[in-house]
Amino acid sequence: MTKQVHLAAHFPGVNNTTVWSDPESGSQIEFDSFVHLAQTAERGKFDFFFLAEGLRLREQNGLIYDLDVVGRPDTFTVLSALAAVTTHLGLTGTINSTFNEPVDVARQFATLDHLSGGRAAWNVVTSWDEFTGENFRRGGYLPEDQRYARAEEFLTAAATLWDSWRDDDVLADTASGHFLARPDAGEFEFTSTQFDIRGHFPTPRPPQGRPVIFQAGDSDEGREFAAATADAIFSRHATYDAGRAFYTDVKRRLAAYGRHPEQLLVLPAATFVVGDTDAQAAELAHEVRLQQVSGQTAIKFLEQLWNRDLSDHDPDGPLPQVDPVPGENTVAKGRASVRMHRDPVAVAREWRDLAEAKNLTTRELIIEVTGRQSFVGSPQTVAHTINDFVQADVADGFILVPHIVPGGLDRFVDEVVPILQELGVHRTDYEGTTLRDNLGLARPAG
Amino acid sequence: MAEHVHVAVALDGAGSHPGAWRAPGAQAHTLTTAAHWQERLAEAEAGLLDFVTLADSFALHRGHPRTDRATAGLDSVLLASRLAPTTRSIGLIPTATATHTEPFHVSKAIATLDYVSNGRAGVVLRTTADPDEAALFGRRRFPDDPAVLADLASEALDFATVIGLLWDSWEDDAEIRDVATGRFVDRDKLHYIDFAGDHFSVRGPAITPRPPQGRPVIAATGAHPTDLRVIGRGADLGFINPREVDDAVRAVDAVGTAHSDAGRGIADPALLFVDLFAVLAASESAARARRAQLDEWAGEPFTPDSAAFVGTPAGLADEIERWTAVDGVSGVRLHPAAVPEDLHVITREVVPELQRRNRFHDSYTAPTLRGHLGLARPSNRFAAGKAGVA
Repeated sequence: MTKQVHLAAHFPGVNNTTVWSDPESGSQIEFDSFVHLAQTAERGKFDFFFLAEGLRLREQNGLIYDLDVVGRPDTFTVLSALAAVTTHLGLTGTINSTFNEPVDVARQFATLDHLSGGRAAWNVVTSWDEFTGENFRRGGYLPEDQRYARAEEFLTAAATLWDSWRDDDVLADTASGHFLARPDAGEFEFTSTQFDIRGHFPTPRPPQGRPVIFQAGDSDEGREFAAATADAIFSRHATYDAGRAFYTDVKRRLAAYGRHPEQLLVLPAATFVVGDTDAQAAELAHEVRLQQVSGQTAIKFLEQLWNRDLSDHDPDGPLPQVDPVPGENTVAKGRASVRMHRDPVAVAREWRDLAEAKNLTTRELIIEVTGRQSFVGSPQTVAHTINDFVQADVADGFILVPHIVPGGLDRFVDEVVPILQELGVHRTDYEGTTLRDNLGLARPAG
Repeated sequence: MAEHVHVAVALDGAGSHPGAWRAPGAQAHTLTTAAHWQERLAEAEAGLLDFVTLADSFALHRGHPRTDRATAGLDSVLLASRLAPTTRSIGLIPTATATHTEPFHVSKAIATLDYVSNGRAGVVLRTTADPDEAALFGRRRFPDDPAVLADLASEALDFATVIGLLWDSWEDDAEIRDVATGRFVDRDKLHYIDFAGDHFSVRGPAITPRPPQGRPVIAATGAHPTDLRVIGRGADLGFINPREVDDAVRAVDAVGTAHSDAGRGIADPALLFVDLFAVLAASESAARARRAQLDEWAGEPFTPDSAAFVGTPAGLADEIERWTAVDGVSGVRLHPAAVPEDLHVITREVVPELQRRNRFHDSYTAPTLRGHLGLARPSNRFAAGKAGVA
């Protein structure tokens, strides 16, 4: 049978891929922006809406980073409000396991699932760093090697809490006077290296049993964690070769946990530019890249890798002659990307070679190396490419990240989605009422 | 013209009486659904009530486990947010448990509720020394010691201070979108709060820009003398539970003293609402019969934490006038014994009676919760160079 394409909408956040300087760009904070994007996604019969979170404003050279969008709303609160203005769309939120407690998070997700009629999903992330910890009671106390342990134990604890209620524990029998079927509904005890908790979980079992669990880490540890426990992976491998390699790898890991390939969906984040023709789309895509990477932004990117002040550097000239400063990054705080550069000196060498070979300025080089758009073309091209990728097991679908708020998904939904529907690979109506129904995931037994 | 009074309603499950879930129309099997709450909020808004408070606790049982009490166990902040787009005017005040939650998370959640509701958000800060509730978190234990209560109140005060500072940590015009210089935000208008207290420290700034009301309304409940100090020092709104008029006068004084001792610059002083449990019916005897029936359903007589009113709509209007005649009391927060029945009588009969007496508004006159309460939008402490003033 032809694989169906899963689609989701990512509300674009604080990265430089979000274009705020365009006249079409609206508020990142006003609720209307969220309503527009979510309702557009639902019109396109998307599986879910995805919202990331931030817990500390980013800094560079000890100053708050001011070139990209700054500020976001609270994840849970926005998703709950969106439940009021949508009826089928899944509501997925990133929530950190380091600066939260299981009972609070489990109750918030159970609440979101109840109030949305079974549409809640949790993207579990481990943590950032001590820098972020300065905003919390726990501070930066957690050593790096314990973060995955805490995440795993946190998720196990949450599952224990959701499972502490049976589906039929709420009787609400007014005649006999029994609201609960048994006095020990919700009773639990959970002890581990990070937690020692017990009592009665206050919230009855939600419609999905448990919310859908997403995992986002890309390390070997993260992939194992996903294979063992997650329903879906939010990956960053949207290109053909990298996507296929990642897909094969994580699906292979499932067997060790007694799970089947269809029990874990691989959904990379993907960007796109749709034009009238392929040529026009390519032109548009280049303009968008110029909006995303200004001269100042290019210098700031360079500083994150070089780990030193380069404010005097000319973005329209060649790359700096000096080498990056190795070791702990003291320039950029609150960014995941700085940790991806495991060997900055080697990366700098690659970049210099590339710049020389293609005769690129600093800004042009940064535009070249910092993620071009995943899908660029006419509606026909974009639809067929996405479908080809899914049929070739690059992914089970894509989480689309528009570069403009709130209208960045309009054209995709109006012009690309109908083609996917004609191809018979995207739904024309929702299969069921819960997110698990629409993702084809089983409801966990209570 | 006599001054208008404020009337709010506290929503706690099927009602404030533990037998309420067995009453006709209670629909207790739908307590965890959005539709259930949407209907209640529509009723409260149709009755022009200033705001609703939504109860919250991490405890499933008060005391030993039992099967005859109804629970929904929902997070009230998420519930308020789910209801915000379905309402237009009514204030939404959920509860946050300061003892067990993170002020940074609560600050951004309430700021976001303020965005989602276009300026109708508040929060009741709750403290709890319940050892069962603490065991759900496993971080702290509560010895049987009176000093604990005072310490929790002081922590709640720090909590109120921090969420207020975080709301001010962005000046109103911090987002500049200056295409010429490439700057989205003016970092000089973002401020570290650098709060360090006995229980937590928070660096800031907030992740969420300053909300529409500047600062959403902070409320606290004055069950103990220490709570009255929290109201006086850190809240915009206080719920007090006097049994007699003299108690109310004393509570007003205690709050006022705490307020002037603190020399605070926030809304001056906190508005006080008297908590009132209400069982209503067309006649006094019918109301008493309803209360008896609720007690029978609960299996035991129920004593509320506040003063109780059992009687007719006109009688309740008299009672509201009596409490609000106390200098320093702005309104009442009614705790309907059983929803929807008592809520229905409040909106369809008590409110019209107060309107006939020219003691209650005929329509919502302000778009924000602060507006309903007659509170000004606070200026930003950092912008005004008064960062040290809590």
